[in-house]
Amino acid sequence: MSRLLSFYKTSIGKKVVMAVTGIALLGFVMGHLLGNLQVYLGPEKLNAYAQLLHDNAGLLWVARIGLLVALILHVHAAVRLTQQRRRCRPVSYQKPGHVQADYASRTMMWSGPLILAFVLYHLAHLTFGTVHHDFEAKDVYHNVVAGFQVPWVAGLYILAMVGLGFHLYHGIWSFFQTLGLNHPRWNALRRYLSIALALGIVVGNVSIPLAVLTGLVS
Amino acid sequence: MKIKLNVWRQPSSEASGRFEPHTVENVSQHMSFLEMLDVLNEQLVLEGKDPVAFDHDCREGICGSCGFTINGIAHGPEAGTTVCQLHMRKFKDGDELWLEPWRAAAFPVLRDLIVDRTGFDSIVEAGGYISVRTGSAPDANSIPISKESSDSAFDAAACIGCGACVAACPNASAMLFTSAKASHLGLLPQGQPERWRRTQSMVEVMEEIGFGHCTNHRECEAVCPKEISVDFIARLNRDYIQASLGRGSK
Ligand code: HEM
Ligand code: SF4
Ligand code: FES
Repeated sequence: MSRLLSFYKTSIGKKVVMAVTGIALLGFVMGHLLGNLQVYLGPEKLNAYAQLLHDNAGLLWVARIGLLVALILHVHAAVRLTQQRRRCRPVSYQKPGHVQADYASRTMMWSGPLILAFVLYHLAHLTFGTVHHDFEAKDVYHNVVAGFQVPWVAGLYILAMVGLGFHLYHGIWSFFQTLGLNHPRWNALRRYLSIALALGIVVGNVSIPLAVLTGLVS
Repeated sequence: MKIKLNVWRQPSSEASGRFEPHTVENVSQHMSFLEMLDVLNEQLVLEGKDPVAFDHDCREGICGSCGFTINGIAHGPEAGTTVCQLHMRKFKDGDELWLEPWRAAAFPVLRDLIVDRTGFDSIVEAGGYISVRTGSAPDANSIPISKESSDSAFDAAACIGCGACVAACPNASAMLFTSAKASHLGLLPQGQPERWRRTQSMVEVMEEIGFGHCTNHRECEAVCPKEISVDFIARLNRDYIQASLGRGSK
């Protein structure tokens, strides 16, 4: 334990924790997407899936607590490393420039908090229903469709998913580096994988509010 | 050609600095960037003003003394080049350029464009060596080394310690430098006995001195005059994880 704590004190340790928790969160996001896509199979399927989750309350809570811990660690490391950056470069360049750092990597501290704010809103909207105008406990399908029929709500979800896409485009490539998972033979694949997963997650999730707005799902 | 310069002038570490505008006329496109600054300095001396202080030694891109940012890019716009090997033909007549020193808490400005890079020496002192009995050089090929390892070790050993990686990194991280120094020994058989201890001490000292963390922007690799790859950073991470949590941990 003390070994783990002193590991976490170094910046490499914090980055490793971000990578491991990031992968756990990514796993959740992928599983969640597969669940969500059942909206296309109709109300019975989606509601049955929601019921299945609730029938396994024990497992559901283990997963929820695990994700909460992962999120807290991920954010804690992000905040501490951002503070460290300010200490390490107290005077910034008057004429800043960059060569190959991409937009996604430079905005991790924007896309990250955007995701966090979205997660809180999303829980209040579709899990607890506190900010939903027409919430019916147990009728997930109805809540999704009625929720996304409000254009600005659908827009908010779409915006958040685009932010998540940027976060993952850099994050997935980045965790390979952070965990030292590199080999000349498949280094290039890491970029393709990050594009494929990020794009898949954005397209899959964004399709749902779009389908509701266009009336494909009602 | 004519070049407009805005040079960072700062009399000492404690003093505050500012950009000072200058114009250098009749610049030949065959001059190196430092030769162009020599012309500026002669001009300043004739006018009875203080010349611009900048570090340099070999002027052939191998010692690692020179370096500052030109319009925010460490060692200027040409990839794989130090400022001493950057030629004025890369610029256009009438260009306006901003010159700033490396900016990092671990690299305090000494004067104008010169920073104190003692921090790099401390990282090397922490483990960038092999403790062996010295004597006559060993026979060639007495220790077999694979071509891949020797090539890769050589790529890492090309680091000249200029500090551009730290300067370019948004977090002022020294991971590219440290990973190059740790890898060029860690990839060779002679470096194995001290591999885990070396990794741990070099990383610990790197952090103590006040270098930042790596967010994998790859800016270091883009400005490195020796084009050292961020693959070495991944390797350092891997070795550090093993050294701290796996085999070899204290
Ligand atoms: C569903 C939620 C999230 C997922 C799936 C996720 C995923 C990831 C992944 C995979 C990484 C790569 C780790 C590495 O660089 O090795 C990462 C990095 C990062 N995340 Fe997240 N993250 C999430 C939420 C957040 C939140 C809420 C914040 C901030 C409040 C945040 C801030 C960051 C930052 C600053 C980095 C570091 C980027 C870097 O160092 O290159 N993330 N994230
Ligand atoms: S890694 Fe490259 S940029 Fe960094 S000190 Fe060495 S030569 Fe300079
Ligand atoms: S002066 Fe030696 S590398 Fe530029």
